[in-house]
Amino acid sequence: MSNHGASPPGSSIVEMRGITISFPGVLALDNVDFSLRSGEIHALMGENGAGKSTLIKALTGVYAIDSGEIAVAGRPVVFHTTADAQVAGISTVYQEVNLCPNLSVGENVMLGHEPHRGGRIDWKGVHEQAAEHLRSLGVQIDTRTMLSSHSLAIQQLVAISRAMVLESRVLILDEPTSSLDRGEVEQLFAVIRELRTAGVAILFVSHFLEQVYEISDRVTVLRNGQLVGEYLIEDLPRHDLVTKMIGRVLDDLEAISEASNREVDRSGVPVLKATEVGRRGVLEPADLEVFQGEVVGLAGLLGSGRTELARLLYGADRADTGSISINGEPVRIGTPRHAIEQRIVFSSEDRRGEGIVSDLTVAENIVLGIQARRGWRHKIRKAERDAVVAEYMEALDVRPANPDSVVGTLSGGNQQKVLLARWLATAPELLILDEPTRGIDVGAKADIQRKVAELSAAGLSVIFISSELEEVLRLAQRVVVMRDRREIGQLDSNRVGLNDLIEYIANTSDGSAA
Amino acid sequence: MGVVKHRLFWPIAALLTLVVVNTLSRPQFIKVTVRDGQLYGALIDILRNSAPLMLVALGMTIVIATRGIDLSVGAVMAVSGAVALTIIHDSGNPDNLGTVVSAVVVALLVALVLGSWNGMLIAVLGIQPIIATLVLMLAGRGVALLITEGFITTVNSGPFEYIATGYLLILPFAFLISLTAILLIGAFERRTALGMLTEAVGINPEASRLAGVRSRGIIFSVYVVSGLMAGIAGIIYSSNIRAADANAAGLFIELYAILAVVLGGTSLQGGKFSIAGTVIGVLIIQTLNSTILFLGVPSAQSPVFFALVVVLVVIVQSPRVRQLGRRPRGATGSDGTADKPAKAEVGA
Repeated sequence: MSNHGASPPGSSIVEMRGITISFPGVLALDNVDFSLRSGEIHALMGENGAGKSTLIKALTGVYAIDSGEIAVAGRPVVFHTTADAQVAGISTVYQEVNLCPNLSVGENVMLGHEPHRGGRIDWKGVHEQAAEHLRSLGVQIDTRTMLSSHSLAIQQLVAISRAMVLESRVLILDEPTSSLDRGEVEQLFAVIRELRTAGVAILFVSHFLEQVYEISDRVTVLRNGQLVGEYLIEDLPRHDLVTKMIGRVLDDLEAISEASNREVDRSGVPVLKATEVGRRGVLEPADLEVFQGEVVGLAGLLGSGRTELARLLYGADRADTGSISINGEPVRIGTPRHAIEQRIVFSSEDRRGEGIVSDLTVAENIVLGIQARRGWRHKIRKAERDAVVAEYMEALDVRPANPDSVVGTLSGGNQQKVLLARWLATAPELLILDEPTRGIDVGAKADIQRKVAELSAAGLSVIFISSELEEVLRLAQRVVVMRDRREIGQLDSNRVGLNDLIEYIANTSDGSAA
Repeated sequence: MGVVKHRLFWPIAALLTLVVVNTLSRPQFIKVTVRDGQLYGALIDILRNSAPLMLVALGMTIVIATRGIDLSVGAVMAVSGAVALTIIHDSGNPDNLGTVVSAVVVALLVALVLGSWNGMLIAVLGIQPIIATLVLMLAGRGVALLITEGFITTVNSGPFEYIATGYLLILPFAFLISLTAILLIGAFERRTALGMLTEAVGINPEASRLAGVRSRGIIFSVYVVSGLMAGIAGIIYSSNIRAADANAAGLFIELYAILAVVLGGTSLQGGKFSIAGTVIGVLIIQTLNSTILFLGVPSAQSPVFFALVVVLVVIVQSPRVRQLGRRPRGATGSDGTADKPAKAEVGA
């Protein structure tokens, strides 16, 4: 493997020319050029579905390319398997670490490259070499410990040191920071910078714009399977980058914010009035009123009780205290069906686990809500079903625009739109959205927020939960703040700013919050 | 190409191959003769003899669609046969149609109760299906022996024998029962929304519950249906041998039913299911049994032969082998990697 030495810095190590990949009905990559130089950190940016992961999979031998060529260090290559790509010096670290959690750290680092002595594996040597590789990344851990006993951050560093054992010239990091805390991100970035100095070419994919600006030298932007361009990071202000990614200006979000900045008539009977709703060990009794056409934000940290309150209101979990009235009528909500009968619907934060039914088609997923409400005897007729599906797929711009595609194959943003379509098709009065924009791309985020703003302006009541406080403030007229499984107060979001809200979440705690 | 891609292509191909092999070795296999306005022949025998397995496999299909399994079907068959025969036997008037009808009705009610027991354990108490139905699988034969007091109850009852051996119009009555079950279950699943809701529950129970689907009701009802189907199968089986044999009735039928479901292309992981696939799966198994007899495979070796054919059919249907037949888009040559189906040569 002597040809895997570091190339001179700045020279092009990967050249992809005219890469085209199509799947049935989708042109995933359309004549895309991409080049990666040694000793650079190159960010690959784009919405979900823009073609980022397809490009990576083409480069790592997972997908075959329909046309185009790939050259590594000036030589044309054809990868049939990921092993081919690894031999060529290309290693990938995925967000879900692809190592063996039940082996030791040392075994994972050295897997397949163990030093031998006398025909047997030299275990002492394995762990010594592994420890050395890890030390060079600034990680001091006992290599005999089980990989699964370490944090995800350490596991990722183990994956990177494994790439070093393979003498990789190209390291692909696919959303490496999505589940790391700030300190762990710092550690990872320090390692990445060191590798850059050593001449490794690093391809970095992340949804976090700040991190991209913090660490990248260069950025390539894809949109809808096409190359938008390659830029030096310092030449591309953040606003321009986002505009290039989503293909339309950020003014959209401004407009949403302005549209939502309206007074809500709270003189009448609230659509939902929850009094002292709670559940032992889950949520202290909380009060909540939502009026017609109002968006109420639930803000708070993870585990603050915001999701728990939403689930109790919907009957996903059973409340053991409190009462709920809908339009002034007291009702009992013990199961989701009760809630749906009252025209309350809830979209869970766990899109895959509790939202979509992944093997069913887009159309089936959309009509599932209506169908469940009507009961199994009254099957929705084909004409009606096609009309409903077409209406909502268009209104929410679900892509690909094929009602028969299996929903599990869609990007996260489009799955979220399908879920929203499912609920809107049931003509609800109160829509509870728990983290509807988590893990989806900028464009879909804007689409969903715009839809919420539109619908609420037209009279729909919404409870909106998001970790992204900007979103909550943008959409909501009123924000209920939760902490430690308790409701701690309400703010008029037309009058407070982001900093006030953060202050409120953090500071009224008397320092007692965890 | 479009035909080959169809879900049921390989099961149908396997079935046709069996029929062709049989016909080549003994041409009278394919012959259907009319005697006294009734159809006879090896093919008709297959349809008639497949009735118990067909009924059980239909129930198993919708159980599997909900991500479940019902191991108790064989035991339920034994119980329903035992109940029916004991009533007829003790009535003192076995040739009375009313006696037979009431015996069958009671037996089917017992089967419904047993199915409800399974459904209760699984849908209400949340016990894993394999464990819950294992209970009845083991206990059921004991119950059947209790009913027959440990003996093999035999009866001579014209109306009761008619169920398995009689003809209605031109076709065997037993086949008409299974045909009715196929059409009824097919209609319930596909003409109503039950099929889609069942699939949704099988694929993602929690998402379905939050979408307002009555997951519990659906899961409960599939075990009830499975129990009822097994009950009818038990009646046909005991009618055929004119006896209630608590030890042999429906022995291993749960395994053959699961096999039929899988041969028909329904995944054991639940979700998408195919009634038509199961029907073909059952016919493959039944035809295979006839083939073994026809080809004169020594009975000691017949399980091996059976297994070989089944393995072949399953391999042909496996995702990897199925991908082999498909050339990827833009392919210009072979790459020889069976496990990387989406691969194509790089075009120049």
